[in-house]
Amino acid sequence: MSSTVERIILAGFGGQGILFLGKVIAETGMNSDKHVSWIPSYGPEMRGGTANCSVIISEHEIASPMVTVPDVVIAMNTPSVSKFNQKIKAGGMLMYNSSLIERQEFRDDIRLVEIPANEIAEELGDQKVASLVMAGAYIKFSKLITLDDILKTLPLMLKGKKQEMLDLNIVALKKGYDYVEEKKYMFGRYVHSVFKGI
Amino acid sequence: MKQVFGKTNVLSANPTHYCPGCDHGVVHRLIAESLEELEVADRSIGVAPVGCSVFAYDYFNIDFNQAAHGRAPAVATGIKRTRPDSIVFTYQGDGDLAAIGTAEIIHAANRGENITVVFINNGIYGMTGGQMAPTTLVGMKTQTSPYGRDAATMGSPIRVSEIIATLESPAYVTRVTVNNIANQIKTKKAIKNAFTLQKEKKGFSFVEIVCICPTNWGKKPTDAHKWLTENMLPVFPLGTFKDIHGIEKA
Amino acid sequence: MAKVLMKGNEALGEAAILAGCRYYFGYPITPQSELPAYLAKRLPQVDGVFVQAESEVSAINMVYGAASAGARVMTSSSSPGISLKQEGISYIAGAELPCLIVNVMRGGPGLGNINPSQSDYWQATRGGGHGDYRTLVMAPNSVQEMADFTLAAFEYADRFRNPVLMLSDGVLGQMMEPVVMPAPKDYDMDSKKWSLGYTGKDKTARNLCTSIFMGQEELEEHNWSLYQKYQVITDFFKANKDLAVEEYLCDDAEVVLVGYGIISRILKTVVEKCRKRGIKAGLVRPKVLWPFPSDVFAKLADKASKFLVVEMSYGQMVEDVKLAVEGKKPVYFFGRTGGAVPSDFEILNEVDKIVRPD
Repeated sequence: MSSTVERIILAGFGGQGILFLGKVIAETGMNSDKHVSWIPSYGPEMRGGTANCSVIISEHEIASPMVTVPDVVIAMNTPSVSKFNQKIKAGGMLMYNSSLIERQEFRDDIRLVEIPANEIAEELGDQKVASLVMAGAYIKFSKLITLDDILKTLPLMLKGKKQEMLDLNIVALKKGYDYVEEKKYMFGRYVHSVFKGI
Repeated sequence: MKQVFGKTNVLSANPTHYCPGCDHGVVHRLIAESLEELEVADRSIGVAPVGCSVFAYDYFNIDFNQAAHGRAPAVATGIKRTRPDSIVFTYQGDGDLAAIGTAEIIHAANRGENITVVFINNGIYGMTGGQMAPTTLVGMKTQTSPYGRDAATMGSPIRVSEIIATLESPAYVTRVTVNNIANQIKTKKAIKNAFTLQKEKKGFSFVEIVCICPTNWGKKPTDAHKWLTENMLPVFPLGTFKDIHGIEKA
Repeated sequence: MAKVLMKGNEALGEAAILAGCRYYFGYPITPQSELPAYLAKRLPQVDGVFVQAESEVSAINMVYGAASAGARVMTSSSSPGISLKQEGISYIAGAELPCLIVNVMRGGPGLGNINPSQSDYWQATRGGGHGDYRTLVMAPNSVQEMADFTLAAFEYADRFRNPVLMLSDGVLGQMMEPVVMPAPKDYDMDSKKWSLGYTGKDKTARNLCTSIFMGQEELEEHNWSLYQKYQVITDFFKANKDLAVEEYLCDDAEVVLVGYGIISRILKTVVEKCRKRGIKAGLVRPKVLWPFPSDVFAKLADKASKFLVVEMSYGQMVEDVKLAVEGKKPVYFFGRTGGAVPSDFEILNEVDKIVRPD
């Protein structure tokens, strides 16, 4: 990933917390004095349909907020992979929820990162925090925002919610972050197809 | 010599453009007198419709808005919400209120807007030259029902007061007429009741007045009032359909 | 004030409150529904009035009523709903009342779809409703401008006693960006001594709000006075070019890209990519669409060699650009519709075609 701009598409089922996940990343970027933008897909499919949003975090002013060629795609379900896989920039990254998406022949010019987000969330007792697991995993790769940044932002975003909920979200975040670290994705050990440089 | 009758100052000195014998002049006077007697003229705002009374504002010495066809209750809503201490009324004919403005009147009534609506029902479009209105009687010949209104294809007269009275919110719904002096006095009372309720912030008031259109009915004014009594009133019975605060008894 | 991450629709709503707007009348339609939802929550907190009307027709007529009574007032909708409001907008323009109308454009004609679009340019800048009138049309291109332009819009509306139309689109309405809310303005509706219900001691005659002028001479005089007002508005933006238009790298530009709203953001990226590739590209971005900043194009037509207009339509603003360029230089066009937002790559490809024709 470039060290000055990260263009991300996040996608999944409606109800998987995709839009919120995008907001967490954008808001964290803003609080870390980065330029950010967030654009949702919007439509009549309010529940159960596909949802996606585009997020940009940048050191510089964002001219176009549209993400046509993402550096990163965070996919929570199989249709999202089909929809966005081909759009990822060569050398970019597909981070996918391996609890719901089977390993398959992806492209060989992108980095693949699998996170069993639903399984991790389930261990924590709430499927709903799967998106936060993904956020934690993403942070590990980001060159523009850190775990500390997101831990500062999350309480602001969940103001008014119960303390247990905030705690659960934070644990989920850290689990995702640690999962990447433990699996040493940073070194490409679990990248299961040919990977041409980032 | 002692003066026993005078023109209210709420009416302007402008001669009206209405046809000889038209009931608009009578109703204008009743409204103006009511506003004067209730001492609210200086904070009253009228909303004129599209129809014969489009220039109603020329005949009242109060603030006025001229609305698009049928939209007077929406315009009055905007005015009243902005100036809640004003006395706001619309003055609308049957084409304006019961055809193109059906949505606006029903919903202003249903929101219980604290306004007064004066509805002139003479069963015909006057200004455009005598076309069929939603309140035209079955069999009545007009420019656009030259063979008489056929209920099978053109529907039957809409009774707006009865419809409005089915709603929860309106405070006062009444139908009156000005076909003779006694009824004119009753109409004045109804209009005054309506404004009194508004003054006391008691909600939506609706006064339907069954009127004549001698020109487009093709009748002399005296004959027209007789025709109204014999033909209109059986279809549009006089009476109060709703009076939740008991203003008529007060 | 601190930066807040907000949707364009919501930023516009908050800015309206800061502008002193306390009256909103509207009807739900995607993709602007966040705006009424936001104001339904916020207006009661500031003793304001929110009414969900029975239709867009009623909503604009409530605006007409409230504006005639002196309110800072607004409505919002999206394309099909804006068509319904045209009757009321014509009356408001005719009666010379100030108000803000927001169009978060979606695709048409007919029911079209709910995707972002710029296909209401003609409707917005040509009047839209019946009669010889103009609405001042503003085109923000960021969430920050959704807020800033809203404050400006209310000021212009009052200053010129004219409706102002904010022409936004689905992307700008739905997008979140950091925004610094502008400072609030004080507003006193009794400063409008012409308003209905004004009861100040200096009131000598009754106030009347109307758009009917029956006599030929009467109406012609009214139309003439409207026309003169439109000239004043045009001159104002000519004299304050920075309020009306943004020029980016135009000084030495051979190819001038032209776009408004969200498209102008993409064009900026295209200009940067062009420059990296040695193509001298620049950008003109009208912030005000009526009055159209024609003189800026007239001047550039003497310097630049080509213009490329990009819109989310099959070509509407391009006609104004052509009128302004007066045939001095070729004006090319590229557009996408149906909700497709043209990508920087597509546009770059178009630039290539016109710069290096094979």
